[in-house]
Amino acid sequence: MPSGSPALISRLQEICGREFVLTHQHELATYRSDGLLHYRQVPIAAVLPGTAEQVRQTVRTCYEDGIPWVARGSGTGLSGGALPVPEGVLIVLSRLRRILSVELDDSRVVVEPGVTNVAVSRAVAPTHFYPPDPSSQIVCSIGGNIAENSGGAHCFKYGFTTNYVVGLEVVLSDGTMVTLDRDAPGYDLLGAFVGSEGTLGVATKITLRVIPAPESVRTLLAFFANTGAAGDAVTDIVDAGIVPGAIEMMDRLSIQAAEQATGAGYRLDAGAALIVELDGPREECLVGLERLTQLCSSAGALDVRIAQSDAERDLIWRTRKAAFASMGRIAPAYYVQDGVIPRTRLSEVLRQIDALAADYRLRVANVFHAGDGNLHPLVCYDSAADGEAARAEELAGLIIKACVDAGGSITGEHGVGVDKKAYMPSMFGEADLDAFQRLRCAFDPHGLANPGKVMPTPRLCGEVPGPYRQHPLERDGVAERF
Amino acid sequence: MDATTVSRVAPESFEDAAAALAAATAERRTVRIVGAGTKLGWGRHGPAPDLELHTTGLDQILEHNAGDLTASLQAGVPLARAQRTFAAAGQMLALDPPLGGWGSDSAPPPTIGGVVATGDCGPLRHRYGTPRDLVVGVTIALSDGTIARAGGKVIKNVAGYDLAKLFSGSFGTLGLILAVNVRLHPLHVTSVTALGAAADPGRLVAAASALTAAPLEFEALDVAWHAGRGGLLARCAGPQAPRRARRAARLMEELGLARVGIADRDGQVWERQRAGQRSADKALVRIAAAPSALVAVIAATEAADGTLVGRAALGQSFVEVEPAAVPQLRERLPAGCAAVLADAPPSLRAQADPWGLPDGPALELMRRVKARFDPAGTCNPGLFVGGI
Repeated sequence: MPSGSPALISRLQEICGREFVLTHQHELATYRSDGLLHYRQVPIAAVLPGTAEQVRQTVRTCYEDGIPWVARGSGTGLSGGALPVPEGVLIVLSRLRRILSVELDDSRVVVEPGVTNVAVSRAVAPTHFYPPDPSSQIVCSIGGNIAENSGGAHCFKYGFTTNYVVGLEVVLSDGTMVTLDRDAPGYDLLGAFVGSEGTLGVATKITLRVIPAPESVRTLLAFFANTGAAGDAVTDIVDAGIVPGAIEMMDRLSIQAAEQATGAGYRLDAGAALIVELDGPREECLVGLERLTQLCSSAGALDVRIAQSDAERDLIWRTRKAAFASMGRIAPAYYVQDGVIPRTRLSEVLRQIDALAADYRLRVANVFHAGDGNLHPLVCYDSAADGEAARAEELAGLIIKACVDAGGSITGEHGVGVDKKAYMPSMFGEADLDAFQRLRCAFDPHGLANPGKVMPTPRLCGEVPGPYRQHPLERDGVAERF
Repeated sequence: MDATTVSRVAPESFEDAAAALAAATAERRTVRIVGAGTKLGWGRHGPAPDLELHTTGLDQILEHNAGDLTASLQAGVPLARAQRTFAAAGQMLALDPPLGGWGSDSAPPPTIGGVVATGDCGPLRHRYGTPRDLVVGVTIALSDGTIARAGGKVIKNVAGYDLAKLFSGSFGTLGLILAVNVRLHPLHVTSVTALGAAADPGRLVAAASALTAAPLEFEALDVAWHAGRGGLLARCAGPQAPRRARRAARLMEELGLARVGIADRDGQVWERQRAGQRSADKALVRIAAAPSALVAVIAATEAADGTLVGRAALGQSFVEVEPAAVPQLRERLPAGCAAVLADAPPSLRAQADPWGLPDGPALELMRRVKARFDPAGTCNPGLFVGGI
């Protein structure tokens, strides 16, 4: 294990307090992975600052010593974005979990980065809510949501984290603290920061916009013979101009696994289940629900059920959310993929996934955020079987390539992190990556913030080339010549 | 300055546009990027550029994927033309900046590139956000001739840095937007607006605040103020819009607004709100404040004898005043507001920094971003905050 200089450790202890600087192997074990457990690294130290100022001083200290660092929230990320670097420090933000103010008159909440996603909605309930709802919302932190631009089931109607962040206090890699305000004049650095996976700095204070809670929520569950028919129903719904709060699809395998877990009464003979949730003003939900039922029936639904109570609605959702965890009932291990396709290519891409799965002699279960074309294929495998884990990873990679070839993306919400950086060139050319690097170098010229993530190959920043004419107004005299 | 000595190019391909930028950089010439030219007065008043690069030759609607609610537009596509295409499929790009006055044959209508580059938008911002919320991918040309893409064509995507947001509202100072990929929304056939009035700013703002919190999913929620009287406008769209508008109107009555009514044909009232965002012969100040500061913003408007339109729930206001009253308006605004001078006579722009962003770490970081993307300072130099 590499170790930090005693001087560095003692300075970190002075900043954060001795008990909040962890350096022993057994203490660091907790932090060696995020939600993607097959990547592991042990940092020099994990520090748990208790204030934004302690975060700033920690970052500044790292800067002075040229030590890289990685910020970590709750560690639920699924792309290895919070994987420590072995020669660096891990800055754990879980002690920064105060809700600093709730300002409902201005539809906003100010929080520290370690506050959980669900705590924000709780703080503004029952009149308001915070729409982005990643399925880890009970534990995942807002700081992590900022880093990953987290989505969830309700993105199609409500958008993503980036649409709800209106202010950030950020510590840059040289220890400068900068306030980014969505409505201030100048570049939208806030927009560039959200989703930058911890590579541009660390957010220490976050202002979020919240919106009025919908007065009515109606949930419909429809079963279809196959995913093609369910996909047609989604097309009809979208073409009708209906914007449901959520449209989720599960295929046969995920229905079977989830039903085993919850016993919700999902039809086991169905090839696909569609959960459509309408929320909003009650009169719109009423007419919308009627129309939805018609559309599902005419698309060939085997069965359309409407939740008659909150308990029924909860059960429908619990079953959908159990799809990942319950996969363990039908396979010893699985690999969660996260890809995006234009929704209209759904049937075609699913056929490709089926064909690939057959070639690889593996089973793939599919759950999707169907409204926005975000697929979560679960590649099932048995790590005890010779070579199966490697085959599963290869298959997962081919699925991503199919998504990109269909005009989609390598990730809709899990991020690139370490896990997908090798796929970046399938989506972006050298010039695109170079443009990304320009942004990163403006924020972090020494590459200390979360190095080794996002970009497919390590890059250095170098000096700014060419003469920079910072104040062209000085050329006023030249202009007079015209 | 004699505009006739400024050379002009209007490239018709991405490659030609990028080559024009690269050539200018190599020759140390500065470039002003121009769409339809409807917002050239915005920003810092600087020296004439060496070259004007017009995007009017890049006017193709590259894709409209109706089933996916996305489209890809070259920068020079007039927004109004794109909207007609989308409307034919029952869709819209949810951006409604003021278009009036420039829509005639003699003056070209605003382009999507110009709207995105200036971050311009209208009342629909209430529900759908600003250009940065609707642009899901971008193709850009940098001053060294690089053509790069960021984002994608799908509405959900977190791969790579979000340069689409960085370039939205950057006033062409980082490079040239060649094309944007946008997400679309359903265009509702039925649109109905509830209206109410008040002569007391406190009462108007209290009503605006209550409607902001009401679960009625307004398409837009605006205020207007002029000469001691104000109005509140709540627009509902969708199959049940009339019912929702009636509920909004009842709320307005309960909150003590006067002259409460419902406009079934609401096109004109919203056209007026949009028109209030521009000024042909006075000065127009764009203000960003907390929504609860609206009473103070109205008071400052009154004192400066101005006219206000704005987004009630977002704290964004547009105040038109006589040019001489701009300093007084700015002084009276509550602390913590951003106040940007948009339209103004050249004489006023020459003497005042239109942006008002103070020196500090944020501006320093912006300078570093500019230095990385346009190190030679080719693109729109001096136009932006802090002389960027």
